[in-house]
Amino acid sequence: MSTVPADLKYTRSHEWVRILADGTVAVGITDHAQHALGDLVFVEVPEAGRAVKADEPCAVVESVKAASDVYAPLAGEVTAGNPRLKEEPETVNTDPYGEGWLMRLKPAPGALTSAAFLSAADYRKVLEAEGG
Amino acid sequence: MGRQTPLFELHQELGARIVDFGGWDMPVQYSSQIGEHHAVRRAAGVFDVSHMCVVDLRGARVRALLQRLLANDVAKLRAPGKALYGCMLNERGGVIDDTIVYYLSDSWFRAVVNAGTRDKDLAWIRRHAPAFGVEVTERADLAMLAVQGPEGRAKAAQLLAAADAGAALALPTFVAREIGGWFVARTGYTGEDGFEIMMPAADAVPAWRQLNSCGVASCGLGARDTLRLEAGMNLYGNDMDENTQPFESGLGWTVAMEPRERAFIGREALEPIARSGSPRRLVGLVLTDRGVLRSHQRVVIPGGGEGEITSGTFSPTLERSIAFARVPAGTGAAVQVEVRGKLLNVRVVKPPFVRFGKSLVS
Repeated sequence: MSTVPADLKYTRSHEWVRILADGTVAVGITDHAQHALGDLVFVEVPEAGRAVKADEPCAVVESVKAASDVYAPLAGEVTAGNPRLKEEPETVNTDPYGEGWLMRLKPAPGALTSAAFLSAADYRKVLEAEGG
Repeated sequence: MGRQTPLFELHQELGARIVDFGGWDMPVQYSSQIGEHHAVRRAAGVFDVSHMCVVDLRGARVRALLQRLLANDVAKLRAPGKALYGCMLNERGGVIDDTIVYYLSDSWFRAVVNAGTRDKDLAWIRRHAPAFGVEVTERADLAMLAVQGPEGRAKAAQLLAAADAGAALALPTFVAREIGGWFVARTGYTGEDGFEIMMPAADAVPAWRQLNSCGVASCGLGARDTLRLEAGMNLYGNDMDENTQPFESGLGWTVAMEPRERAFIGREALEPIARSGSPRRLVGLVLTDRGVLRSHQRVVIPGGGEGEITSGTFSPTLERSIAFARVPAGTGAAVQVEVRGKLLNVRVVKPPFVRFGKSLVS
């Protein structure tokens, strides 16, 4: 069973969201997602300044097998893409909730309060329903 | 649920991720696809290839049947045990399947065909066999393990009695023999040395466990695909099919147009192409930009013209993306590939990319 930290928010498409003290959020893919993808060999993250809509494909994670889109969990403006992933995409495999973060977003006004994130408990239920 | 090989339960026990492959439930990876790939390049790995279809062809005129069915010429096979790679073609010169045939005696050849094309292959062979009085027997009773890598043969030989081990290690490249009740062939699909071993189904699980215990890594079809692509080996259904002929699939070397009187199926369609050259060819691509090349991506040729990637992946050995692409003949050394709306820079090279653990790409 993959790790699902209790202090994060989740989406059904297997992103996690960490709300930071400065009001921005960090976004990544879950342990379950990185495990399902397998060894990541290429990660494309958005550039700072890009405005994204909720559920818009905004990053790509590619394993040896396949490419998968990562969706913006909420509307906002990208404040940073994780620069480390350019040379070390495997960081997403080894530390999906830490150094393997994909992007930081400044939520659009009201986006954070209106977003329907899953709690860790609810996300675990999603995984159980998927048989993972 | 698909068909399962005699090793299916062991794959599950070993924690493999199982996927559908040509109607079979097969392990795509155990822990890390890249780790399994490196194990084969650097030491040894074992693959379950029992899903492949082994067909015994017996009869006094079996050689004549294969000279009709294959674009390559089994007349090249003189020493018993010698293997030949070739394609079965349709009348239009399209590839029905690629196969390895082993010459065992003048009245017995063994062919190995792909799992996904099993039914049509057997139907095709059986349609032509009666005219040659050849009996066609599918050997579903056999499991097949591929033990590949620089240490593969030595490790596999440890499964055999001492005298048999010597015989196995003495096998020349592309030759097979019955040894100790197993059919041991010095062939493979990885670009490394190794054996492909056909054995009674009941032997497969103990053999696999013993290989694991002497340090041979369990490897899935994921690593098999990156290894074969690095090795410049085609995958049926990706790189060639019934609508493409061998000369545009990097398989011209497997077509024996001489002697002229050999009337193999597909010959008439290939004659004009063999004379004037194929308008398209299969080339290797190495991505110079960051990203990963994938099948069906569009190749853009400077000065006009287009091609298409037939197989693409990340090469663990080269640590960059490589691919095969079908492009117009005369395509130069630099092209671009469209990936998610962007044009990435790619070099055109002659496969293979990797052989015996060494990069062949500068």
